[in-house]
Amino acid sequence: MIPAPFDYHRPDTVEAAVKLIADLGDSARVIAGGHSLIPLMKMRMTDIAHLVDLQKIGALKGIAIDGGTVTIGAMTTQHELIGSAALGSAAPIIREAALQIADPQVRYVGTIGGNVANGDPGNDMPGVMQCLDATYHLRGPDGERTVKARDFYEAAYFTARADDEILTAVSFEVPVGGQAYVKQKRKTGDYATAAAAVIIAKSGGNCSAASIAMTNLSDTPVWCEAAGDALVGSSLGAADIDNAVDAMQAVINPQDDNKGPAAFKRHAAAVILRRAIERATSRA
Amino acid sequence: MNEMTPPKTERTAALKGLGTARKRVEDARFTQGKGNYVDDIKLPGMLFGDFVRSPYAHARIKSIDAEKAKALPGVIAVLTAADLAPLKLHWMPTLAGDVQMVLADGKVLFQGQEVAFVVAENRYIAADAVELVEVDYEELPVLVDPFKAEAPDAPVLREDLAGKSEGAHGPRRHHNHIFTWEQGDRDATEKVLASADVVAEEMVYYHRTHPCPLETCGCVASMDKVNGKLTVWGTFQAPHAVRTVASLISGIAEHNIRIISPDIGGGFGNKVGVYPGYICSIVASIVTGVPVKWVEDRMENLMATAFARDYWMKGRISATKDGRITGLWCHVTADHGAFDACADPTKFPAGFFNICTGSYDIPVAYLAVDGVYTNKAPGGVAYRCSFRVTEAAYFIERMIEVLAIKLGMDAAELRAKNFIRKDQFPYHSALGWEYDSGDYHTAWDKALKAVDYEGLRKEQAQRLEDFKAGKTRRLIGIGLTHFTEIVGAGPVKNCDILGLGMFDSCEIRIHPTGSAIARLGTISQGQGHATTFAQILASEIGIPADDITVEEGDTDTAPYGLGTYGSRSTPVAGAATAMAGRKIRAKAQMIAAYLLEVHDDDVEWDVDRFAVKGAPERFKTMKEIAFAAYNQAIPGIEPGLEAVSYYDPPNMTYPFGAYICVMEIDVDTGEHEVRQFYALDDCGTRINPMIIEGQVHGGATEGYAIAMGQEMAYDDMGNVKNATLMDFFLPTAWETPHYTTDFTVTPSPHHPIGAKGVGESPNVGSVPAFSNAVHDAFRSFGLTQTHMPHDHWRIWRTAHELGLHG
Repeated sequence: MIPAPFDYHRPDTVEAAVKLIADLGDSARVIAGGHSLIPLMKMRMTDIAHLVDLQKIGALKGIAIDGGTVTIGAMTTQHELIGSAALGSAAPIIREAALQIADPQVRYVGTIGGNVANGDPGNDMPGVMQCLDATYHLRGPDGERTVKARDFYEAAYFTARADDEILTAVSFEVPVGGQAYVKQKRKTGDYATAAAAVIIAKSGGNCSAASIAMTNLSDTPVWCEAAGDALVGSSLGAADIDNAVDAMQAVINPQDDNKGPAAFKRHAAAVILRRAIERATSRA
Repeated sequence: MNEMTPPKTERTAALKGLGTARKRVEDARFTQGKGNYVDDIKLPGMLFGDFVRSPYAHARIKSIDAEKAKALPGVIAVLTAADLAPLKLHWMPTLAGDVQMVLADGKVLFQGQEVAFVVAENRYIAADAVELVEVDYEELPVLVDPFKAEAPDAPVLREDLAGKSEGAHGPRRHHNHIFTWEQGDRDATEKVLASADVVAEEMVYYHRTHPCPLETCGCVASMDKVNGKLTVWGTFQAPHAVRTVASLISGIAEHNIRIISPDIGGGFGNKVGVYPGYICSIVASIVTGVPVKWVEDRMENLMATAFARDYWMKGRISATKDGRITGLWCHVTADHGAFDACADPTKFPAGFFNICTGSYDIPVAYLAVDGVYTNKAPGGVAYRCSFRVTEAAYFIERMIEVLAIKLGMDAAELRAKNFIRKDQFPYHSALGWEYDSGDYHTAWDKALKAVDYEGLRKEQAQRLEDFKAGKTRRLIGIGLTHFTEIVGAGPVKNCDILGLGMFDSCEIRIHPTGSAIARLGTISQGQGHATTFAQILASEIGIPADDITVEEGDTDTAPYGLGTYGSRSTPVAGAATAMAGRKIRAKAQMIAAYLLEVHDDDVEWDVDRFAVKGAPERFKTMKEIAFAAYNQAIPGIEPGLEAVSYYDPPNMTYPFGAYICVMEIDVDTGEHEVRQFYALDDCGTRINPMIIEGQVHGGATEGYAIAMGQEMAYDDMGNVKNATLMDFFLPTAWETPHYTTDFTVTPSPHHPIGAKGVGESPNVGSVPAFSNAVHDAFRSFGLTQTHMPHDHWRIWRTAHELGLHG
């Protein structure tokens, strides 16, 4: 459990970090909270010559709510997300999800940027961000560009972020409607067996908007557009929820692992999604 | 002139002796992070060792090229079996009469096996060098299924045993067969089963798991070439046994070896055995002349260091129509992995599994255990239980449930009907044990009443109705267990490890000012010996527990003993402590009589002093007596006040308990919630109720982990599937259920203070309680048996197979 030798860099501006990565090339990796990367290095499953630590960059920290837009700096920790009253009222789903990530010690250090940028299908925030239709802000040698969370994930650990880019922030419009993040896990610190992020808005007793994303049921988070669509315009009755669940099943692709066989995960996904829809509806 | 004597009760309380909830004296340093563990030991010039381990479960080693590793700056040496062979240390004896490779000799037999030992200036360089050692493997067919071990064409695992048809425990009938161990009366049992009213038959599997102590195993070996002395600090549950074994296999005279167990961060049987890391560190220190440290990491500990359980137990139990048990038959297929490194007393290759008749008066029984080799890590240690007692308790407590189903009887009633009655003790079991004492009916009735058993069954029935009516998706399971342990190994006449009798010891020195030090042959790994043994002594010799230092773990100072495991410390070393205390008191009596100028028989013991019979105002306190022992010339009495006792117990002790678990189960997700857990323990005389409660909480939490998720799983290639804490379940405070503890007191008749030991009861008793709760939740849907661990997907599978998902 001892990593191979590496050099450690600690720039204090985004510009300096971007330059370091550009200069060091493929052998460099950005480190945020380190809770995914450090274990991989300790198990020598990845070999990184240069670690570029972002924690000294103050500009990457903080939560801003400006008009209807929420912007969260990449280096904001899960603990800070949980502690923000303003965020808790603007987008309570983030707090609900963050509280289900690992344990307090991990959450003191783990960041939202690391959680969404790493591309680990087990991470909880990518699904939440897809559910919120969040935008990721990337900074590279050629300046800033944005990518929608729903377009960001390509495969496990493969994302739209280029090797020389740093994810600096996530932003999204303050959501309308009831929100819920429901997660089944085996134990504290575990990735989801199945988890669902759901936002449901109601108008005149019917569902006026719905967004559904699932965690750890494919090699990427899965935004289930058709599942949300199945609810829009409906009265959120049993048959409507069945339709949403069926639509979700069509786009997930769980695999057998220590958490159980794929058939079990599909069953759990259905149950968890139903619970999340019910909870979001009750909050709408 | 003596001052006014405080009343007896006040003086007794001041001693903090037996029965006092005395706070643990160890905790001041542990809770402040000031413990001193093996990895805290830093010696000048100390080197670090690290292992190259096999990625394969079964492979021939074609070559090992360590040149690149040796060329790395800071690397001192790379040891392989070829380097150890001239010293005859490339193999070592196991505690079970087998031999085990220290470093791979020609082939590897399990994933994670030690192949080469890199010694470097620091642990970082060592880890880098491990990566540079090039081993050329040729993969061989892998054997993971113990039921395929004895197939005619099964791969030959142990080439070193070729042609050996006799093992340490009798004949071997196949190249992967280790032993057959039979107990009881086969013919009589089969006869009873053949003509019984009712016979229930089931395969009960207690899966492979791991003790996983928070501190992994490790050592620091230091060979002093000037004085020829070898000192080894290590995570040893039995330091003296390690010294003797080290002497026998290394040829170093035993007086030149000093073994020190410093603070140990949990053992649970994982630290009883001798591991290749110890041998390699010692050899490396002898070769280099400087200290060498080796500490395994979590993955190494889980993959290679002493698993537990892995017993496939096929049972048949017979009864009359009205539920009187008439016979028990059991056959165990025991998966021992690549080497038989079970930590059992020599004559017991399956430990005390023959306690599997449990708490019940079963007239006739038969047991056979077959041990086999597979391509898995060696071990089979007693994970917080006396040798294989947890397996036995799980077996009988499942068989009782299965029989209750077959009989259509309530399982609580079936148990009560078959308990050994109070008047039957000492009770001779059909499989050869003499149970010392017990009062099972009293404990059982108390437990059922405490949880309102009748009320629970009514609630469960109502829930079932609601479930069937579609009103809920949660079922209630009520898990019952009445376990009987056998601990305190043990009488030297039938218990030894590698020829060392399993007595234990205590040496006491009373200082002139009336405080004391007691040294024991045991070693605490968290049990709180420094607290409880001082309490035993306080009550025996009238010196406050706070004035008694308890020291263990240094073989240069402690008297010889066999260490701490199998709940043996209190039954054996605790008895030695009381007996040594009584020797102190006997001498103190003579001193007191001399000082009081009366005959020895004319003084009597009074809590903390000797007083003249009939004249209580004339007395000498232990403090006064201690001082006199060192400053007065007393005719016919040697100066000083010291004693030593080596205690060979006349019998084992038999703690018991009644545990009840109430669990809610979500049939859709397989999740569960332990709503209530009631644990009644009878460990005989209670030394420290607070420590007992702590032991019960800890053991039950381990039992919870084992029953509900913890396992060591292998795929078909022999790869370990869960060698990190990401997948290996260790409960945190979040998962840990709430426990209600209770007790009855049935002292052991043969133990000096009547104590029986408690450290392991909660693991033994809780596993069947949790598992029975899961089974019970599904009983009305036709479930008779499903295997642990009951994690989410397996519970889901049970519900699915029973048609509960529509």
